[in-house]
Amino acid sequence: MIGVELGLMLRRRRVWLCWVLLCALPALVAVLLATTRLAPAPGQGPAFLSAVVSNGQLFPAAALALVLPVFLPITVAVVAGDAVAGEASSGMLRYLLVRPVGRLRLLVAKLVSTAAFVLIAVALVTLTSYVVGVAAFGFGPGASLGGAGGITSLSGAVITPGELAVRTAAVVGYLALCMLALGAIGLFFSTLTDSPLAAALGVLAVVVTSASLLPLDAAAALRFYLPTTHWLAWIDLYRVPILWTAVRQGAEVQVSYVLVAFGAAWANFATKDVTS
Amino acid sequence: MTAEDVIRTTGLTKRYGRVTAVDGVDLRVPAGARFGLLGPNGSGKTTLVRMLLGLVHPTSGSVELLGHAMPRHAATVLPRVGALVENPAAWPHLSGRTNLRLLDAAGRGGRRRDRRARVEVALARVGLGGVDRRPVRAYSLGMRQRLGIAAALLRGPELLLLDEPTNGLDPRGIGEMRDLLVALNEGGTTVVLSSHLLTEVEALCTRVGVMDAGRLVLTEDLDALRVPTGRVLLRTPDPAAVVGLLDGQVVERSGNVLVVREDDPAALNTRLVSAGIDVTELAPQRRTLEQVVLGLTGSGSDRVDGRAR
Repeated sequence: MIGVELGLMLRRRRVWLCWVLLCALPALVAVLLATTRLAPAPGQGPAFLSAVVSNGQLFPAAALALVLPVFLPITVAVVAGDAVAGEASSGMLRYLLVRPVGRLRLLVAKLVSTAAFVLIAVALVTLTSYVVGVAAFGFGPGASLGGAGGITSLSGAVITPGELAVRTAAVVGYLALCMLALGAIGLFFSTLTDSPLAAALGVLAVVVTSASLLPLDAAAALRFYLPTTHWLAWIDLYRVPILWTAVRQGAEVQVSYVLVAFGAAWANFATKDVTS
Repeated sequence: MTAEDVIRTTGLTKRYGRVTAVDGVDLRVPAGARFGLLGPNGSGKTTLVRMLLGLVHPTSGSVELLGHAMPRHAATVLPRVGALVENPAAWPHLSGRTNLRLLDAAGRGGRRRDRRARVEVALARVGLGGVDRRPVRAYSLGMRQRLGIAAALLRGPELLLLDEPTNGLDPRGIGEMRDLLVALNEGGTTVVLSSHLLTEVEALCTRVGVMDAGRLVLTEDLDALRVPTGRVLLRTPDPAAVVGLLDGQVVERSGNVLVVREDDPAALNTRLVSAGIDVTELAPQRRTLEQVVLGLTGSGSDRVDGRAR
């Protein structure tokens, strides 16, 4: 079932459209920056963008920072929300279950395909933006990260291109995990309804709620556990030396979300009456 | 007989809140039968079929399919069952052939080695052997219906559960489907189908169950249901002479056609002929399945006019 599910995902036009659009936004930004040379001042605008103009190799980081807050979560919401509810609304759910595909097996396959989707999405954005970034801005002097965007306050420490690649791979993994947590929430919502749209909107409601509570002092007690809190911890992976604390905490919270949301999805779906 | 039942439900009940969709159904379908499940819309047929397949969990009561309790043994039982539940469904952006291959690969028990061959056999059986690479989105209703039945046939099932299998088919398609189901049945497959088309069920099934308002109100062999009504349909060029001869027995007269109250058609024929009356047609009247079913059931749930049921 997992192989079938992956095959189905790769044959969906919507999935490819999501990937193309995700890669297109950073490319558009790169073209605009390259033609106007109007980079945001250090400390303003999206992370890393101010440093990109001097070194195209940094563009993947800037691209991830661009798609992370809104665009990437939307695509995850659409794909994960469709997982079970989409099969229900097309009528395939009943035919899969009587084939028979076990209900747990079906959920696992859906989670795996969601994981593949987010991993491919984040990796594609990284790869295409590296190519676009280098093409538009070239290699900078010494591949230094000094003062990038004012967020990573590195004191001029030099990261070699090889190390940059390793760190970027770690960032891809971390962000994919964050998105998978969102995807697992989407999978849970997807078992609650026969409408893919409702499930996707539910995921977006979670993202918006979390992002709205984040700056509130009144919600400080909750802050650590909000799903979006740790999304920006990946920036620490570009520091020298790497600050692991926030990344580790973030990973723990996101893994918890995956486990809890998947458990909830299973608890709901295992005994659900399939009337679609 | 009981050991050979492929379907056995005991006190099967499903409630949704205050609505009882299926109410204490004890259904038995013997192996090798062609069983028709009848009843108006909303009488609980679909909920019953979904409970048989483990899609819907009963509120109370039990289901045994091919001798195993459902839904606990779904993994072992369902590979031996082919099903069409309500409408056929498919991934609309893929071709029918790809749909069947993926569906076959998804479930357990489908060997990879002969998958292609099995898909081709199933497609050929339902008359889609030459279907091209068009996506299912572009299929007609009848083609989708055939594809749905092909999916049910993929594993060579021992039991076929078909909900409205002739839906969307033209008269020729309906005939083909009837021939297919009879052929499968003669090959040992038990066929259970639900339908609104009573004439279809009458032509195909050997045994029927009638549902009304969630209850199974009748299970009977079709032959037993269609007992003579004690009346004889008579066509003659001289109806007045017949009325004169059979004074009081004639219950209906319409032109040259008469309905006569008489238990023994042969005796009636002898009597008419010996009286010198020409008879062009003479046949005992039987109840049609439609009369049986309509006599047993109320109006379906789709009629809402406040009439007492």
